[in-house]
Amino acid sequence: MFWDEKYETLPKRDLERLQLKRLKKTLVHVQNVEFYRQKFGEAGIGPGDIKTLDDIRKLPFTRKQDLRNGYPFGFFAVPIDRVIRIHTTSGTTGKPTVVGYTKKDIRTWANLIARNMTMVGLSDRDIFQNMVNYGMFTGGLGFHYGAELVGMTVVPSATGNTRRQVEMIQDFGVTVIHCTPSYALHLAEVAEEMGAHLDSLKTGLFGAEPWSESMRRELESRLGLTAYDSYGLSELFGPGVAFECGERDGLHIWHDCYLVEVVDPATGEVLGEGERGELVVTPLAKEAMPLVRYRTGDITMLKGDSCPCGRGQKIARIMGRSDDMLVIRGINVFPSQIEHVLLDIPEVGSQFMVYVDRVNHLDEMTIDVEINRDYFSGELQDLARIQKKVVKELRDALELRTTVNLVEPGSLPRFEGKAKRIVDRRAGAL
Amino acid sequence: MGASKFVIKQISVFSENKPGRLAAIARALQDEKINILAFSIAEANGFGVVRALVDEPQRAYEKLTKMGFNVAFTDVIAVQMKDEPGGLYEVADILGRNGINIEYAYAYSGREGAVLILRVDHVDAAIAAIQKSGAKLHESSLFQ
Repeated sequence: MFWDEKYETLPKRDLERLQLKRLKKTLVHVQNVEFYRQKFGEAGIGPGDIKTLDDIRKLPFTRKQDLRNGYPFGFFAVPIDRVIRIHTTSGTTGKPTVVGYTKKDIRTWANLIARNMTMVGLSDRDIFQNMVNYGMFTGGLGFHYGAELVGMTVVPSATGNTRRQVEMIQDFGVTVIHCTPSYALHLAEVAEEMGAHLDSLKTGLFGAEPWSESMRRELESRLGLTAYDSYGLSELFGPGVAFECGERDGLHIWHDCYLVEVVDPATGEVLGEGERGELVVTPLAKEAMPLVRYRTGDITMLKGDSCPCGRGQKIARIMGRSDDMLVIRGINVFPSQIEHVLLDIPEVGSQFMVYVDRVNHLDEMTIDVEINRDYFSGELQDLARIQKKVVKELRDALELRTTVNLVEPGSLPRFEGKAKRIVDRRAGAL
Repeated sequence: MGASKFVIKQISVFSENKPGRLAAIARALQDEKINILAFSIAEANGFGVVRALVDEPQRAYEKLTKMGFNVAFTDVIAVQMKDEPGGLYEVADILGRNGINIEYAYAYSGREGAVLILRVDHVDAAIAAIQKSGAKLHESSLFQ
């Protein structure tokens, strides 16, 4: 099923023609932003110098820090009167980033969400519970508007009060949920505790943090649904940038609205298909806050194969963030790899925390993981065996020796929004 | 199974090795008016198992589980020891000569004299060997 079949399946030549037209328009439009006037001036380049899509490589990158420096409205390319909404991204370090939307932006964004939802077989017959923050976070209102556009029955439950969330799913016959994968796991735990069956559920849309294939299996079996990966970021409207189709083998990114590159995070060099690097996006259909070559910080790769569903080139599922990536004794580690290992060990739970310290000039990684209630025999030696097994599985997967602490079931923090499982205590030592 | 009356249910509680965990367990049992007859703590790499003989193991299990503790039952036996030099040797020697391995043990000295609580690899064989030797086993009804 398609929401906008023509644009979702544009032949390569037509797509490239459209992209170039929209890129040129965008480059003119960004001249309304002081930052870009200055950057383009420094590079001695004008919008007229971009003749082909490849010419984009001549343009400077835009980084998260640039947006922070523009706080609050420095990146708006239209007068504030035309901005009908603002969102902010969580400011974990320093000031948050402000993003703005015109009327047309809100409409474009809702249509992209509608494409995604239709792509996975959802329609006006579905009842949709939107279990993410409805405030400044883009996930709440973003999905809300898209689902309404499709004509779904929307339950704007937001986060919190998980027992009530379970009851609403049962009482309203909810067929689709949207939340972070960590929250979905928590929902499953609470439903199991309550002895509640969530029989009406058939589809789960999970995003806002990277998650693994084993997490997908876990969520599907415990919640009885089909899980789809959703990708987006506030700087590119919010969720809806890329999404899995029924094949669930990579995410379709909407090439008519986003010009995609993958670059080496260290050098900025553009990489080819199948090469892992940082996703860089130039939005082609944003009015209030156009951006040029935005460094998303997300690690992925362009996939080469065409998709049976007929839509355009896919990106691989996000493997982590370039800034979440931990470098432990010179080895790159993504939290999703740790999650993947733990989910495959039934003796321990799926919640975890990672602590990184520097001891005698060496990086030490410590992982706290809960023992699975059903696997506690009462014997110390069995616990020691489980602990050894986790250490070994982690060493095999990460090629790193770690310290594993077994902790009591239910004692680790549960996250409703983006999970913060990494505590890097090396900062002072660097 | 005449031997089963000698099998005693010990509660084993998983606990992280951090301040306040034993207090939380003891407090919960106090609240339920459950008496602890004997207990020990085993520790390894940051976590431990609190083992206890209590007068009402089922209620203790339910209370602690409800509080979120991870609890299991473990079968142990209780052997009367002479409260004098050589008392422990006598019991250990019986088991050793019969090829029975002691996984862990703890002892207390109470109204019944000195009592050794044993977790062994073959409970039935241990019971048979101790009875054959003439040493005294306590029935679980003495505790529970």
